[in-house]
Amino acid sequence: MSKTLFLGDEAVAQAALDAGLSGVYAYPGTPSTEITEFIQNSKQGKEGQVHSIWAGNEKTAMESAIGMSYAGKRAMVCMKHVGLNVAADPFMNSSITGANGGLVVVVADDPSMHSSQDEQDSRYYAKFALIPSFEPSNQQEAYDITYAAFDYSEKYRTPVLIRLTTRLSHSRAGVERREARPQNPLHIEENPKQFILLPANARVHYRTLLGKQDAFEEESVNSPFNKYIDGADKKFGIIASGIAYNYLMENFEGHKCPYPVLKIAQYPVPSKLVAKMVDECETVLVAEEGYPFIEEQVRGLLNRTGNIIGRLSGALPRDGELNPNLVAKALGLPDTYGAPVPELVVPRPPALCVGCPHIDSYLAINEAMAEYGAGKVFADIGCYTLGALPPYKAIYTTVDMGASITMAKGAADAGLRPVMAVIGDSTFTHSGMTSLLDCIYENTPVTVMILDNSTTGMTGGQDSHALGVLGEICKGLGVKEEHIHRITPLKPHHAENVALIKKELEYEGVSVIIPTRECIQTLSRRMKKQQAAKK
Amino acid sequence: MKIDIILAGVGGQGILSIATIVGYAAVKRGMYMKQAEVHGMSQRGGDVQSHFRLSDQEIASDLIPMGKADMIISVEPMESLRYLPWLNPETGWLITNDQPFINIPNYPDTEKLSEELGKLKNKVVINADQIAKDLGSARSANMVILGAASPYLGIPFEEIEAAVRETFARKGDDVVNTNIACLRAGKEFAEKL
Ligand SMILES: Cc1ncc(C[n+]2csc(CCOP(=O)(O)OP(=O)(O)O)c2C)c(N)n1
Ligand code: SF4
Repeated sequence: MSKTLFLGDEAVAQAALDAGLSGVYAYPGTPSTEITEFIQNSKQGKEGQVHSIWAGNEKTAMESAIGMSYAGKRAMVCMKHVGLNVAADPFMNSSITGANGGLVVVVADDPSMHSSQDEQDSRYYAKFALIPSFEPSNQQEAYDITYAAFDYSEKYRTPVLIRLTTRLSHSRAGVERREARPQNPLHIEENPKQFILLPANARVHYRTLLGKQDAFEEESVNSPFNKYIDGADKKFGIIASGIAYNYLMENFEGHKCPYPVLKIAQYPVPSKLVAKMVDECETVLVAEEGYPFIEEQVRGLLNRTGNIIGRLSGALPRDGELNPNLVAKALGLPDTYGAPVPELVVPRPPALCVGCPHIDSYLAINEAMAEYGAGKVFADIGCYTLGALPPYKAIYTTVDMGASITMAKGAADAGLRPVMAVIGDSTFTHSGMTSLLDCIYENTPVTVMILDNSTTGMTGGQDSHALGVLGEICKGLGVKEEHIHRITPLKPHHAENVALIKKELEYEGVSVIIPTRECIQTLSRRMKKQQAAKK
Repeated sequence: MKIDIILAGVGGQGILSIATIVGYAAVKRGMYMKQAEVHGMSQRGGDVQSHFRLSDQEIASDLIPMGKADMIISVEPMESLRYLPWLNPETGWLITNDQPFINIPNYPDTEKLSEELGKLKNKVVINADQIAKDLGSARSANMVILGAASPYLGIPFEEIEAAVRETFARKGDDVVNTNIACLRAGKEFAEKL
């Protein structure tokens, strides 16, 4: 078969379709978004009526996928690493229920935090849940692993996790496809106790899960994705996982690595293979993208021999992405470097687009808040987070999706006045609604600005769940109608917007102001499409 | 044959379409390709780069090692300099647009910027915006840049031209022809140097 150019994300998506996927459940998040978008745009997906509509958040996505697995079909959940924090409750418990139809959780980590607030390593979650996980090193492996993961899941009736990292998710290479397999028929879980996690059932299931651990490890030892490549020079042994394997091999381009190499792309860590390497080699370098997950396990708490090196020992940096040069240095190979960056080159941080509705919102917010001093605007995650940077410098917090409203509440509870929360429309439906309900329940004095640009802007313009109904949602939750306002974030409305915000800041209760204007990017895309249709 | 390219620019300037076209031509020749792109936050007007690798052998890393890139192709002059640590200091070529994209208050003095570019050994510095505008499509500056880089790519020019045709075919003959004209103009400029 000929090769198709795929992003790592797209390779996962195509493999899932070819493996007989019936539904993908996801909330957008860089670098995972393209997996679901690929399925949404795929002819094969449409013909097979594969479910691919965005979920409200990662938790609802995970739960829907568990439901599809319960019904006997193959389901996939996709998210960025921090999304798994949101989905952690159903994720952890899905390891206890186990899977009926194949259940694959794909999590894209973001080492170096290109577009994230941390660089947490999802392999820990798989270990925490006691389930197998995979870490492809290239696009072909992303395809092959995803294809195989559904079979694995059904063979052991367990969810499995696939961990991607930014560089693989967003890097393109040729991939060879396999034959497409049909979707599973509907087939409800036969054991009536399997998905009822009453303590009496859960204890039994948990022991079953513990009982599978040895088999999981045996699978890792024999996996085609894990390889022990022997080398004559035992001065070094190298364990390289995921994409770090490529950075290692880059240093031995055109000739064989003289040291034994253990390539790991499937977990639990195959301890038999690790033992062989540690016994045979003087020093073992562990090169892995993310946290020192393998290194920690190999060296243990005491590290008596001190011959295991990697991110913990300082041979590699403790944080950030790896690259071929860092691996070269850790092996004592010569480093390479071009010319230094000329001094006149300055950083070019991302910024709100020209004409972005958030700009007008922030200009109004800054003017309304001016008299109250700094530190009283709590914000959230989205394009509008860029309001933290000059020239706006309008917001003071960004922690996790939905935190704006509840952090403002906590600060108001502490006595801070007036407090404002700034949250995007998609973030509001992701995690802000329950936060608002807390405020309503206690009649907390807080002014909530829901920036409604009719889209999920930061991740490329996916549909927003609350399109056109934000006011109704707030009213339904219990915000008093006279304190819900839609305003238009445009220059001619600036003065009246400022006046309204000021008035609501004085109110000792919950108010919601919804600046409403479409994202410039989705608007211009829509216009172009319309024009093309006219022609 | 192996060629490692850093593509550089500002989010929204369309550096990826250069990669799409060269990638198309390379894959058609049966070459291996790896291309690490930047999606997400920095696409909002921040600096963006792409590591683009072509080879007739299998490619290991998605990232180009420092000091080993054969070429920097940039649609913005300051951005071209940001990636000098990746460029091979002896044999590497820098091909860049000389028209600054100024969306930050502390953008460097443009004369000093030209001086800095002037110091480089192997370079093509071209006013791609003007050439594209003269040919009737200001938005095709990236095709001028691609044309200017084409003599160094090791891929026959006709094959790059065919890839441009293929890429823009959907948009009709006019668009194809302007883009081809821009590509050729860039090539001519580079060959005259
Ligand atoms: C738990 C979690 N899921 C997903 C993301 C990725 N993410 C960051 S911002 C954002 C969307 C923001 O949309 P919206 O709130 O409408 O604001 P906009 O970007 O449109 O201004 C998403 C999906 C994240 N950071 N955390
Ligand atoms: S993508 Fe849309 S919401 Fe985001 S900065 Fe640009 S205009 Fe604003």
